[in-house]
Amino acid sequence: MKRARVSYGGLIQDATEVEGKVQLHDGRLVEETDVVWLPPVEPETVFTLGLNYADHAAELSFKAPEEPLVFLKGPNTFIGHLGHTVRPSDVTFMHYECELAVVIGKRGKNIKKEDAYDYVKGYTVANDYAIRDYLENYYRPNLRVKNRDTCTPIGPWFVDKEDIEDPMNLKLTTYINGKVEQQGTTADMVFSIPDLIEYLSSFMTLNENDIILTGTPKGSVDTKIGDEVVTEVEGVGRLVNTIVGEDYK
Amino acid sequence: MSNVQLKLRGISQKLEGNVLNDETIEIDQIDYQIDTLPLDVPIQGTVYGALLNFKGAYDQLAPKMNEAPYQNPPKAPVLYIKPKNTYISAQQLIPLPVSEESVEVGAALAIVIGKVATKVKEEEALDYVLGYTIANDVSIPHESVHRPAVKYKARDGFLPVGPWIVQKESVENPNDLQIKVSINGEVKQENTTKNLLRSVEKLLADVTDYMTLNEGDVLLVGVPENAPLAKEDDLVTIEIDQIGKLENRVVSEKHVVGGEIV
Repeated sequence: MKRARVSYGGLIQDATEVEGKVQLHDGRLVEETDVVWLPPVEPETVFTLGLNYADHAAELSFKAPEEPLVFLKGPNTFIGHLGHTVRPSDVTFMHYECELAVVIGKRGKNIKKEDAYDYVKGYTVANDYAIRDYLENYYRPNLRVKNRDTCTPIGPWFVDKEDIEDPMNLKLTTYINGKVEQQGTTADMVFSIPDLIEYLSSFMTLNENDIILTGTPKGSVDTKIGDEVVTEVEGVGRLVNTIVGEDYK
Repeated sequence: MSNVQLKLRGISQKLEGNVLNDETIEIDQIDYQIDTLPLDVPIQGTVYGALLNFKGAYDQLAPKMNEAPYQNPPKAPVLYIKPKNTYISAQQLIPLPVSEESVEVGAALAIVIGKVATKVKEEEALDYVLGYTIANDVSIPHESVHRPAVKYKARDGFLPVGPWIVQKESVENPNDLQIKVSINGEVKQENTTKNLLRSVEKLLADVTDYMTLNEGDVLLVGVPENAPLAKEDDLVTIEIDQIGKLENRVVSEKHVVGGEIV
């Protein structure tokens, strides 16, 4: 099942997908554009992977890491589907990153790879924007690049684990204004979902609604004010976002 | 006397009290012995920490800042996140990983946010502060700060915090507070928030320039240079003037479940 959290008619509520429309909790069917989309899961601790696709690492002139390159995100950065992401006026290179987001379903520590999917409850799509102008080499990628307000759209749907046959073989595609700019497949991750769950839970407890953003493949290009950026993960969802300026109202 | 907000285990609301002296706190007109209270974690939001914000800590790394991998001195505050699994209260046990001999004690003044803070001005920054507490930003010692230190800083129980939140009005000047760390009663580190590179106000302005801090979020102002090491069974005490005393013992992680000894 595909589920979302939306605001409609003055109420924040759970919704499901029926025939391409949004079914509210009382059964009414409404259009995608009639609701305000919230992040489909209220995120707890959010892990993000850097350089987890070999081709993206090469594109950034790095070799793929020997150990997962993990950083954390705060709740301020997340926005829902059809939201607006702010591009500061002084920047020259702000790029999207289409990512499969893995939602943890239950508490676990020292989880073995072969049991890892028992701790997953489902998936969604994230767009992990980065502003390269602000990159510095201390705890890189630093929060000023990766934890800005509005810079991590997530959604639209939370998809149950059972509905995704093989999360390690899903196409990732990003479109800017309808044109394909980034293509890849989760099959090319350096560290797979079970690798990441084993690694993280080896030194800290994972909890329900923790989220792992699993990294992005090659194909990052600059986005401008007014661009419509669509990040899509096969079978999981199509997340739409628009770039706006700082004076956006 | 200082006005504090505190949380006790088993009671869901926060309480308010007056700390009368080192031993006594008044809650609802009754005096209690502080060391008999089952103190709980007094914060709930997201905890952000600032690296290299003590002059001495910055100066130690400065000779390497123009070399690889750093290339340039940092421009913006260097920040990191301590996730929820790290929070424990005063008197709870710090789990020592089985792979480690000791952990680093990161004594930090913690700013607790009182209302949503986005792009705040330095001169208005304290309007957004609820109060202050003490955090022990525990880390596994690591030399390089080039990559995020999640594996070294985000382990379960690696952020003792408390004992309470001292309300802003009870603190004269957050940029002039003595910090003292003792291990088993012996003083190992002394410093003062006078040595902050970015003051409390400046740090809040620079951080909220791109990142909203919500009510209840916490910003650690930084950890002084030469952080002491604590090994198994050591009792770690952090004292900050006008705030209080945060005390925790280090115990092998094999003996700790959720902060309590097995």
